Order: sequence, then structure tokens, then C-alpha cells
Amino acid sequence: MNSIDSTPAKNSLLSSEIGSERTLYPYVTGTSVIGIKYKDGILMAADMGGSYGSTLRYKSVERLKSIGKHSLLGASGEISDFQEILRYLDELILYDNMWDDGNSLGPKEVHNYLTRVMYNRRNKFNPLWNSLVLGGVKNGQKYLGTVSMIGVHFEDNHVATGFGNHLARPILRDEWHENLSFEDAVKLLEKCMRVLLYRDRSAINKLQIAKITEEEVTISQPYSLKTFWGFSAFQNPTKGAEGSW
Amino acid sequence: MDMGLDLNAPHSMGTTIIGVTYNGGVVLGADSRTSTGMYVANRASDKITQLTDNVYMCRSGSAADSQIVSDYVRYFLHQHTIQLGQPATVKVAANLARLLSYSNKDMLQTGLIIGGWDKYEGGKIYGIPLGGTLLEQPFTIGGSGSSYLYGFFDQAWKEGMTKDEAEQLVIKAVSLAIARDGASGGVVRTVIINSEGVTRNFYPGDTLPIWHEELEPRNSLLDILSTSSPEPMST
Repeated sequence: MNSIDSTPAKNSLLSSEIGSERTLYPYVTGTSVIGIKYKDGILMAADMGGSYGSTLRYKSVERLKSIGKHSLLGASGEISDFQEILRYLDELILYDNMWDDGNSLGPKEVHNYLTRVMYNRRNKFNPLWNSLVLGGVKNGQKYLGTVSMIGVHFEDNHVATGFGNHLARPILRDEWHENLSFEDAVKLLEKCMRVLLYRDRSAINKLQIAKITEEEVTISQPYSLKTFWGFSAFQNPTKGAEGSW
Repeated sequence: MDMGLDLNAPHSMGTTIIGVTYNGGVVLGADSRTSTGMYVANRASDKITQLTDNVYMCRSGSAADSQIVSDYVRYFLHQHTIQLGQPATVKVAANLARLLSYSNKDMLQTGLIIGGWDKYEGGKIYGIPLGGTLLEQPFTIGGSGSSYLYGFFDQAWKEGMTKDEAEQLVIKAVSLAIARDGASGGVVRTVIINSEGVTRNFYPGDTLPIWHEELEPRNSLLDILSTSSPEPMST
């Protein structure tokens, strides 16, 4: 099965003898990011967890960041590599601003830049261990794309990383439609995030939703979702079959 | 399978390290055990290392790696301070350490906690775990002993503590970790940094609380025997 997000397998074929710099496996990781297009632009959601193996170690990691005037970047995977990507993008935007020519890099350009960075690192057997979601609006054109740690990149109306691909995208395939209102889009994202909270062990109940439109970028304050456990089937599931689960 | 005396095993600071902010500064804390395999190579090490007058670093993981990183950061910070003409900020110190940790992530095995006080931001704590992620936090824990402290801090940490409350929390926490983590032990060292300066404290075992299934230390059984008479020794 070809998965976009590679699991951190210790592959002896890929590691070299000398202390060359290559990310063998990630340490502090973020889980799924979801992005969808809606009427006025793009909405993205991600929780604020930074896992250290199976420990839910950090609970206030911001995994959604605005890039320049027109883009929003969400990342899953190794947080230190995400921080490094933000530094690269900082420099990219700085140089773009220094031209002072009234033109600014749009989401399509930033996505392309990231794709090149990720793919070139992959070719050197030293990947940035992230899956990225890049969304934005420029001149009325909405853009939503994704890049994986091996350089696989594409655009779509809804994208997700990690577990989000398996749990959120089926929901989005069913319920996403063109011209979602802001409220409906938020509810849809929250529906997806709730499922991830139930079913992804590395998810935590503290998330942010970011919005980007032609006019502005906003990243919400952190908040938690209500969860639902009051189903009769949950009450006494092993009744009549003691010892089962 | 001799799990005992492998003197060629890398010196690792199993360790418990903690950094906590309070209203006015920071408190850094650590245990003092450095182990080589199962042998305790140093039972009174100092894991809280000075980087500048106002910034200190707690070291965990490989002793060699953390020492060399702290030496480089101290070296660069010293030059930076001369060029800047004033004390370096905690943020700069943390970013230097991050740069070294991140660029050498395949070779280094050290988790760091940078804490200090500067006139711009006051007391700040930065955590740099394996991999070189940089995270500014109100408090952070690290080292092998920290596994036993997540629940404790979830319950005991409060915003806006006083200096004494913060130090007491750190001492209690390191002491609890030492009780359960074989790789942590010895004494509890704390360093308090604020606008007034730096205070180093040292808390040997007899000053620490007694936890579950631990007993008050005695000089000898003979003392127990002499105080109580009937049947002190039983089969």
C-alpha cells in the first residue's frame, strides 16, 4: 500500500556509515491537518499536540502559521523540521518584500517552493519529516494544496495529512460542496476533528481553526470540542458476554 | 549478560531536569546522577550549567554531547555579548542551542532546558528536546525521570507562583522522580535567576521529604536496638 506519509521505519538501506545528516526518525511530532475550500477562501484545522513517541508531551504547539499576505501553512510530522521550514519561508517572503514592487508571492508559488524543497531533500536521503497543507487566496482565486515528505504534491478542494486522510477525507468526500458558508465549513471541520479525537491516539482535545480570505488571515484561539459517550451501546457492552470487549 | 559494570558504555545522564517560571524569574532544578551503564560514574554532578551571568542550561541525555553543546553555546554567547555591548537575552541563548541541536540531530542525543532572566522579557524557559524543536513554555520537564512527573505537574503547576513556591515545587518534583527513576539520584540542585541575580541551592537527601515505602535514614541498626527492648529482631 502506497501511503503518502512514510512511517518512520529504520531502513538500513537508507542510512550511511558516516555521521551524515539525515533524519532517521522523527522525535516530536504533530498529527493530522485538515484543509477545505469554502465560499470566501480556505479553512484549516489542526490540534495543538506535539507527541514524543507515545507520550502526549506538548499541548500548545501551533501547527498553523500564516505565510506572507496570501497563504496559510499547516504541518504534521517533526516539529523541528516544521520550524526550519518556517525559517526558509521567512527568508523567501523577506526577499519577496525587498523587491518592493507591489507584487507578492501567492499560495501557488509558495506551494511550488515547498514542493521543490521537500523533493530535493528527499533526493538527498535527508527528508524534512513533514506533511504540509498550504492554502490561500489571491486575486479571488482560492488555492489549496499539499506536499508530503517525499515530495508528492497536489491540489484539491479538501486535503488532509496523516490519519486525516483515512478518517476525515471520506467525510469530506461525502459532505463537502462548492460554496460552503463559513459556519457550515467550520461545523464540517469540527465533525472531522471530533472523529480524529475519538480514533487517533496522538490527537489531543485542543485545536485551532485558521481562516484565510482575500482580505485577512485569522487563526482562532485554542479551544476544545465536546465529545459524546452517552450511547446505550457504550453503557454495558459486555453484558451477556462476560469477558468479551 | 553482565548488566553491571560496562565501563565503556557512554556516560549518560539519565537525569531529571526541570525549568519553571514564576512571577519575577525562573527556577531551574536537576538531580545529580551520571551513570555509565549501571555504574554511577558521578553521584554529585552539576547538570545546571552557566551560559552567561543571566542564562543557565539544564543538561540531560549524553553527558558528552550536552557538555560540548553547552561549551559551544557559552563560547558564541560570550562573543555575542561583547559585540552587543549588553547581556544576551534568554531567547538568543535558546536559539543558539537549538541551532546546534537541530543541525546535528543525527549525532546528538541531548535534551536541554534553557532558563534565564533578561530586561526585555523577564524570566523565560525554553525546552529543546531531541531533534532540535524549540518551545517556549511556562514550565518544562526533561530527562528520563520526567516520565514520572507529567501527572504531578498537570496537577501541581499553577500560574503566578512566588519564588519560594516555585522552588519548593521543583525540589518536590526532582525528589519524586529520584524516588522512582533508577537513572536519577543524588542531590537536588536548584538555580534561581531573576532581576536581582542568581542563587544556587543544594539539597542533599536528608533535607528532602520521605515518600511512599521510604524510611527515615538511621546511623545504624544498633540505634534501633538500643532504644526499643522487647523483641526488636523477629524471624
